[in-house]
Amino acid sequence: MSRNYQNFQYPGLNLGSAHPEAHKAAESMMFGFWVFLMSDAILFGMVFATYVTQLHATAGGPGPQDLYDIKSVFIETMLLLASSFTFGMASLSMKYEHGKAQLIGWLTITLLLGLAFLGFEVHDFLSMIDKGGAPERSGFASAFFDLVPLHGLHVTAGCIWLLGLVGQMLRYGLDTRTKLGVMRLALFWHFLDIVWIAIFSVVYLAGLA
Amino acid sequence: MSAIDIIEHPLGRLSLESLPFYKMSQDPTLQNLINGSIAGTAALIAVGGAVIVAGLITYFHGWRTLWSDWLTSTDHKKIGIMYVVIAFVMMARALIEAMLMRAQQAWGLGGGFLSPDHFAELFSTHGTIMIFFMAMPFLTGLINYVMPMQIGARDVSFPTLNSVSLGLTAAGAALIMVSLVLGSFSTGGWFGYPPYTEMAYSPGVGVDYWIWALSLSSLGSTFTGINFAVTIYKERAPGMKLMRMPLFTWTALCAAILMIFAMPPLTVATAQLALDRYLGFHYFTNALGGDPMHFVNLFWMFGHPEVYIIILPAWGVYSEVISTYSGKALFGYRSLVWATMAISVLSFTVWLHHFFTMGQNANINAVFGIASMLIGIPTGVKIYDWIWTMVRGRVRMTTPMVYSIGFILLFVLGGMTGILLANPSIDYQVHNTVFLVAHFHNVAVPGVLFGMLAGYHFWFPKAFGFRLNERWGIFSALCWIIGFMLAFFPLYVLGIMGLPRRSAGYQQAAYVPLEMVAFAGALVIGVALLALVIQLLVSIRDREQNRSPVGDPWDGRSLEWSTASPPPEHNFPVIPEVTNLDAFTVAKECGEAYQEPDEYVDITMPRNSILGPVLGIFGFVLAFALVWRIWWLVILATLATFVTIIVRGFARDLTETVSADDARREHQRLLERVRISPAISRDDERAPVNVGLAKQGPAKVVS
Repeated sequence: MSRNYQNFQYPGLNLGSAHPEAHKAAESMMFGFWVFLMSDAILFGMVFATYVTQLHATAGGPGPQDLYDIKSVFIETMLLLASSFTFGMASLSMKYEHGKAQLIGWLTITLLLGLAFLGFEVHDFLSMIDKGGAPERSGFASAFFDLVPLHGLHVTAGCIWLLGLVGQMLRYGLDTRTKLGVMRLALFWHFLDIVWIAIFSVVYLAGLA
Repeated sequence: MSAIDIIEHPLGRLSLESLPFYKMSQDPTLQNLINGSIAGTAALIAVGGAVIVAGLITYFHGWRTLWSDWLTSTDHKKIGIMYVVIAFVMMARALIEAMLMRAQQAWGLGGGFLSPDHFAELFSTHGTIMIFFMAMPFLTGLINYVMPMQIGARDVSFPTLNSVSLGLTAAGAALIMVSLVLGSFSTGGWFGYPPYTEMAYSPGVGVDYWIWALSLSSLGSTFTGINFAVTIYKERAPGMKLMRMPLFTWTALCAAILMIFAMPPLTVATAQLALDRYLGFHYFTNALGGDPMHFVNLFWMFGHPEVYIIILPAWGVYSEVISTYSGKALFGYRSLVWATMAISVLSFTVWLHHFFTMGQNANINAVFGIASMLIGIPTGVKIYDWIWTMVRGRVRMTTPMVYSIGFILLFVLGGMTGILLANPSIDYQVHNTVFLVAHFHNVAVPGVLFGMLAGYHFWFPKAFGFRLNERWGIFSALCWIIGFMLAFFPLYVLGIMGLPRRSAGYQQAAYVPLEMVAFAGALVIGVALLALVIQLLVSIRDREQNRSPVGDPWDGRSLEWSTASPPPEHNFPVIPEVTNLDAFTVAKECGEAYQEPDEYVDITMPRNSILGPVLGIFGFVLAFALVWRIWWLVILATLATFVTIIVRGFARDLTETVSADDARREHQRLLERVRISPAISRDDERAPVNVGLAKQGPAKVVS
């Protein structure tokens, strides 16, 4: 590789010259992860399309007005946005080498916020099923339970990944592979935040408007 | 799905009834006997084949080699070869099914010998296999083998992910093979339209086999697409600008981009169908707000780009083959690149032409009809470019060239019928007839399959160090071409006469003569496949006379020909510097080929990894358990998959080093061979004297 990797910049947080080895290794890895996120975005796009086309297919069952609880959803939104902020703090703490403890601290807060988000979400789902909005009820309910839990599953996967990374940090310290892992999980986490904003707008705000 | 269920039915829906000859033994009518015998024979071939292969490996003490040199390998070249092996095995099966179908229709006046369900299974597996487990592995294999070397790289960007993709594809293929033995496959066609494929109408395991085989394969292809695209963007040798890439690499890039964007709709469609079938959701059901049309849209949003995923790499092969065997630079390189990109973009704008008759208004049909016709323009550009490449070239009629010229002639016909079908008013007349079957085979067989086979012949000596037998190769190619014409041209006429596609039988005696011709064509194609097998055996027997270890038997133009055959694991002793299109031709003409570099450096290569085969096995077990609803196994396999991925995160020390000394020794062996080998002219290309060193003509300026 004759390219001057020091000058190479990719979208998102760059580790830069303090981490030459990881910065160089990040070139293909981060680009690859961006490409994966593009593919994942298409996946969400298709599921959004399903939701929009099935919006009125309630088949006489309950619709958005009967099922959604904006208060709970607002709390979820705040939790997720806060977790994105704390992940941002974790990324900065890694870049400026504030030590493993601080990094793990920020990541732990992020994890707790993520778990709290999932807790509220599961509570939402259960109460919707309680109100007669289970996915078997109608095309609309099926579409809802495809889109929103798909995001939830992504967050769950992110939480498991985060735990794995913390485990790797405890075992190996902050080596190149762990750093790249944190950087990819950060992109993933922020990406899920953006998807959630779309869900909040398209599903909840539009559904209750 | 309750705990009691698990205890009462530990094997889910699996029972004696799942065996192919069960129905025959319970109710021995003549038709059941015929169908049961055919299905039973197929199952025996699948099981027997597996047993024989396992026996041979044991006999030759090959398990260790198989595991540590092949299955766990992260070398893009070995992974490529394994993909092509899968493609050939699956092709053999799907081709036998095609011959059975032609036989059924040839004797189909009043019903035929197969039951309608059995016939439906045959066309469903034939289509599913040919697209997902023949064309896809074949092109993925060729790209894997060739592309990294063409751009002067040592491997793909993510070698372990590459091995995982292979594992998932193999798991999908294995699942389809198992459906021969246990239970039966879907009868819903390769696109599995609901509501027919919903639980209400297809309660058996067939559709589930289809869903999970496709899911495994599409997941693998998504990863492959990401891997190839990143490799081409990031791993090119210094000086290898985009516009200096060989055309095959360009088509690989376009196919990879299409995979990244076109696979997700398929994943969504099959996942939603699975939710409908397993958990009673209502995406595509008739009742309670389901919308089957939504599946059709999702499927073809994948399905149409898929057509170009499989055909673009084949066109890349033709570009390499025609330019190499004409001894000329590709005519209109830039226009070919732009045409490829244009086709890739347009491929996302035409999906609706697969269902003009399904209820949207005339204006929408018109828009998609025009978009479909537009694709003819860049495709036409390509055809002219290939023809002009041959003009005044030194054309040699080798096997890949026979395929290429057969392709140009036949594909133009297929393209013409495509333009006809792109007109919605004509489509209404011939929709759902065998005219359509003739059309898409007319583009897919010469367009894709001939290209893949041409690539197999072209790069075989690179991969194994000896050339394939030309006599059998040309015989096989001619059989493919003639067999294709006999098998599919009659279907155009039959389609216009009104024969619906997928008919297990018919009542019009007028169909019989043409059906017989089509059956004869299928037999000729069978001979072509047999000839390919014989060719391989003969070539292995005569390998000593056909060795070309120096690595450049065809006077090749791109970098893969500059290394030894077979190439060392690290491909190049030092990363080449590229200054021009047709990098190796330029090097040869300027006398810069086969030079010793100033210095050798240590080379970092990826280590073997068990991740690919392990995830492949877990993926297969998970899919199998889902098909048969063996819930405890589903849970176990899911957990195992998760644990594997997490444990993999803790893996370190993933690379190994090839020392500069080893790289030097390896390279000097090649240079020594170059010194002692005769340089041959193009007249002796197919003679034993061709050990892979090409004689250079007078140097000329290459722009």
